[in-house]
Amino acid sequence: MDVLTPRSLEEALRLKAERPEAVPIQGGTDVMVELNFDRARPVALLNLNEVAELRGWSRQDDRVWLGGALSYAEAMEPTLAAALPALAEASRTVGGPQIRNRGTIGGNLGTSSPAGDALPPLLVCGAEVKLASVRGERTVALSDFLVGPKRNVLAEDELILGVSVDAGVSRQTFMKVGPRNAMVIAVVSLALRVDGELRAAFGSAGPVPMLVRSDLDQIGSFPQRVAEAASPIDDVRGTASYRRHALRILTKRALDRCLW
Amino acid sequence: MRIELHVNGEACEADVWEGESLLFALRERLGFPGSKNACEQGECGSCSVLLDGRLVCSCLVLAAQAEGHEVVTVEGLAEDGRLHRVQEAFVAAGAVQCGFCTPGLVVATADLLEHNSDPTDDEIREALSGNLCRCTGYAKIFDAVRLAGA
Amino acid sequence: MSETAVPQLELGRIGEIVPRVDGIPKVTGEFAYSSDLQAAGMLWGHTLRSPHAHARIAGIDVSGAVGMPGVHAVLTHEDVPGAKRYGLEFQDQPVLAYDRVRYFGEPVALVAAEHPEQARRATERIRVQYEPLEPIVDPERATEQDPLHPDRPTMGHGYRDDPRPNVVRSLVIRHGDPDAEGEVSVSGVYDLGIQDQAFLGPESGLAVPDGEGGVDVYVATQWLHVDRDQVAPCLNLRSEQVRIHLAGVGGAFGGREDLSMQLHGALLALHTNRPVKIVYSREESFVGHIHRHPARIWAEHRATRDGKLVNVRVRILLDGGAYASSSSAVTSNAASFACGPYAVDNALIESTCVYTNNPPCGAMRGFGAVQACFAHEAQMDKLAEALDIDPVELRLLNALAPGSTLPTGQQITGSLPVAEVIRRAAELPLPEPEKLPRDPLRLPGGSGNTTRGEGVKRGVGFAVGFKNIGYSEGFDDYTAARVRLHADGSADVHCAAAEVGQGVANVILQVARTELGSDDVTLAPHTTSTVESAGSASASRMTWMASGAVRDACRAALEERERTGGGEVDVERVYRHPRTTPLDPETGQVTGERVHVAYACAAMRVVAEVDVELGLTRVVWIGTAQDVGKAVNPQAVTGQIEGGTAQGLGLALMEEIQTRDGLITNASFTDYLIPTTLDMPPVVSELIEEAEPDAPYGIKGVGEPPTVVSTAAIVAALRAATGRELTRVPVKPDDIVGL
Ligand SMILES: Cc1cc2nc3c(=O)[nH]c(=O)nc-3n(C[C@H](O)[C@H](O)[C@H](O)COP(=O)(O)OP(=O)(O)OC[C@H]3O[C@@H](n4cnc5c(N)ncnc54)[C@H](O)[C@@H]3O)c2cc1C
Ligand code: FES
Ligand code: FES
Repeated sequence: MDVLTPRSLEEALRLKAERPEAVPIQGGTDVMVELNFDRARPVALLNLNEVAELRGWSRQDDRVWLGGALSYAEAMEPTLAAALPALAEASRTVGGPQIRNRGTIGGNLGTSSPAGDALPPLLVCGAEVKLASVRGERTVALSDFLVGPKRNVLAEDELILGVSVDAGVSRQTFMKVGPRNAMVIAVVSLALRVDGELRAAFGSAGPVPMLVRSDLDQIGSFPQRVAEAASPIDDVRGTASYRRHALRILTKRALDRCLW
Repeated sequence: MRIELHVNGEACEADVWEGESLLFALRERLGFPGSKNACEQGECGSCSVLLDGRLVCSCLVLAAQAEGHEVVTVEGLAEDGRLHRVQEAFVAAGAVQCGFCTPGLVVATADLLEHNSDPTDDEIREALSGNLCRCTGYAKIFDAVRLAGA
Repeated sequence: MSETAVPQLELGRIGEIVPRVDGIPKVTGEFAYSSDLQAAGMLWGHTLRSPHAHARIAGIDVSGAVGMPGVHAVLTHEDVPGAKRYGLEFQDQPVLAYDRVRYFGEPVALVAAEHPEQARRATERIRVQYEPLEPIVDPERATEQDPLHPDRPTMGHGYRDDPRPNVVRSLVIRHGDPDAEGEVSVSGVYDLGIQDQAFLGPESGLAVPDGEGGVDVYVATQWLHVDRDQVAPCLNLRSEQVRIHLAGVGGAFGGREDLSMQLHGALLALHTNRPVKIVYSREESFVGHIHRHPARIWAEHRATRDGKLVNVRVRILLDGGAYASSSSAVTSNAASFACGPYAVDNALIESTCVYTNNPPCGAMRGFGAVQACFAHEAQMDKLAEALDIDPVELRLLNALAPGSTLPTGQQITGSLPVAEVIRRAAELPLPEPEKLPRDPLRLPGGSGNTTRGEGVKRGVGFAVGFKNIGYSEGFDDYTAARVRLHADGSADVHCAAAEVGQGVANVILQVARTELGSDDVTLAPHTTSTVESAGSASASRMTWMASGAVRDACRAALEERERTGGGEVDVERVYRHPRTTPLDPETGQVTGERVHVAYACAAMRVVAEVDVELGLTRVVWIGTAQDVGKAVNPQAVTGQIEGGTAQGLGLALMEEIQTRDGLITNASFTDYLIPTTLDMPPVVSELIEEAEPDAPYGIKGVGEPPTVVSTAAIVAALRAATGRELTRVPVKPDDIVGL
């Protein structure tokens, strides 16, 4: 196994092009579990910790740029939380403080888990993922980026630079159901954003987190629509029927929160 | 591969296997077995250390990622042979049973009090929610945090 | 390899709040746990485990692993020099599997290498030819399926010999007239999933060859001498050639009663002539030790109109998994406590444990009484409702007391203040409901932010439970202690009582200092090589037993010094609690004075909030009154109550080893969830210090009653909040919502 530690984005992209099999590692909160539990033995790891260009966030008019290395703890800080409240609420549900200090939005995108908690809030905010390689950059809508459970459109020589989201005026919230009151992977989760329309996105209720949209006058039927859009399964964390049921309740409650 | 880092203020180096965690390197190679290996999946916090001043699970940091960085472990909290006030409080409050969770909790508590010297009960619970304890039911751990904060 | 240093600290006498003797090294990180040990030239051991729940082994080819880099040994059952099987009660468990594997994760082969990664990679190269067999996974059908142990290792041991296949033990207690009718009857069926001890310190240890054919094993365990007695015959060594030393223990709760790495480490160390360290991963820990027995319990309670119990009929089915471990004792304990701490003149109790290909089960805190309590307390609430009597009143009306006769025919001669614990717990003032809005952390669903108060209902539950202290049924239960008085007035105490976190090291020192009237007393390392057995750190017995042994040894040492007029004194004494006798195999009635030496009880009151629409919960407050005998160290006692309660809360709400066709599907802390800081409420503990007449200083055990009672009490609160029956734990959101 090799560990490659680039000091700049340019070097990182070059190394990724030379060693496409190298697995990027940022916060390591997903990658290290795979290593420690002997589930993965990549031939090389690409340590992104020293790539300053991936860090931080910035605002431009109604859009906010989140660097791939932005941690959940950073997403919870007041200024960013004011711009993206659902993402901040979602971040507060992720792991414990240690995980929030280390885990990143870029890593959550990289893993593309159906349960990734950053994904529903990003989806309702019209997230566009920016990818780069030595060949150049491209931007992909988050809903197109996610293609299946733990699968995305990232090419083997590409890295995630970050994500750009709509931070215009809106009401939004995030909720997550878990079998205990902290430190859980979502049994089912929901983000809702209300501006000119209703936008809900759910996690852990289908192969990928999914966005459901509706006109403002469809409030009454929206919980049912969201539940019907889901395609949940039974697994060790919960049953399909519970997930569908919970989605209906969560959507209703989220609407109450965002509309009154 | 060879790595160099600072642990508890001292420069250290070690040969590690590339896939090794910082936790393993600290425990097995650098002579700091205080951080504990209860799950190696980030779920229990018993391996908590400060990495450049941030509370993290050392089991989820690749040893090679710590190259050139500052690590503080439970062994680095006591100064001049005097226990850190959090350590004293854990003993006095009866917050230690088997003690396997203790190093991680002591580091997490020290980090909490560093940023918030008078936490509410909710803040204590949230700040320590990444640290599992199987023995105490947490009550005496909360007592210890309040004692150390007072 | 030096002995694990035993920390020493100034501390006090019996009854005082004294800081833990090992507190400082534990907070500084210096305390040496079994996983922290190192030795020059040390190798890492790794275990190849079965991916099948049930399969025939047609062949094992280790050749691919042998030459791998860093590898020093690859061992299979053929390399076991002595007995091929071991076990706590019956020798039914292979050291390394031969012919067949009977559970998912059963050890099949061992590797020692220079780095754990080399050991893992070599393990992967071992080719085992498995022929999968149909696993027995339904305990209700196990007695009709092919025997998993055709040689019936459980037969002929003095228990009722059940002719059906796959019975570990079956027991019937017939008390009074088992057909007696009542005026009112309630019945129910209750289920408990598999709970895991989930101690934080994974199984680990270091085995060091002594160069003369023997071996020293430094390990986290609960009973050093019984480890030695299981290890030595398999290694074909004399017992003094195997020395087991206690290394720092990261929690136990019953899960370290059985062997884990002891034999495997010793085998590798003797083969390689190098020290070998084995550290289980969390995943391996979940498959590598026994669990709490899952159970199904059918219960019928018959009573008079005014609430007096007339007849209790209970059938208990326990799934023991692939090997017996301590199943036979759990089977009888579940039966002993099936009726709860209530007087009843007639009872019919049937308790059966079967072999299956599910994960093996054995000891866990509460040992059979947890399962029983969940059922009998649900039944008592049901009965109260059927009779329209206050549930606390109903319990008081039927409470056991000294002089009462138990279903086993044993009369209670010692202390058992059941009515007192009920009254004191019921009197604890309940917290006022908190106002809304509140931080989601203080609502059901916690940090998940799922409610601001919508759907939230509050419920109050109550439960009472009891359990035995010490080993029962005629087991020769003893503890040895050795005291050395030195010419300079100092003393050291040797006792193999395992310090597993419960604080027995303090107890030993407190007793010795009290008896010797001196503070200059140190505790020697816990080991098999300097002192006789202490018995197990289990069954809530260690404080009582170690106190008895240390007291007797101290007194004998003082007498000896008196007699010899000074100088060095070295005495060892063995303490036994009053004798117990077996149950009659046919009637389940006690054959002597007592089947259990003593009992302890607890009552608990719980306030819970439930989001009835999402099925999420928050336990708000717990108040308990516990019968603790003399509290040797009150701080440690409340610590046991709080921690034991948390484990019961885990079983009530979230903890379950899940299986599919016998394969564990959640062997990690991501999916086997234990309570966090946001799940545990404050616990108010009332200590009832009534002396146990037969115990030194009036001590009772305190570790288990809180675990016995809390699962039942918490689920009672959820029932009160939801109006649902909730007959299975852990309670799932689906059950609350009614899906
Ligand atoms: C105890 C624990 C609790 C957790 N709880 C939650 C939870 O509640 N909710 C949740 O959603 N997740 C949770 N996770 C999972 C994890 O923390 C998150 O997915 C996190 O966002 C991952 O970020 P990271 O930086 O640590 O990723 P890493 O582990 O470093 O990487 C994750 C993946 O992304 C890839 N990657 C990372 N950065 C880039 C990049 N710039 N370009 C291309 N690929 C990249 C990596 O190759 C890898 O495939 C938890 C994990 C643990 C251990
Ligand atoms: S060992 Fe690192 S979190 Fe458990
Ligand atoms: S004291 Fe044992 S895990 Fe916390």
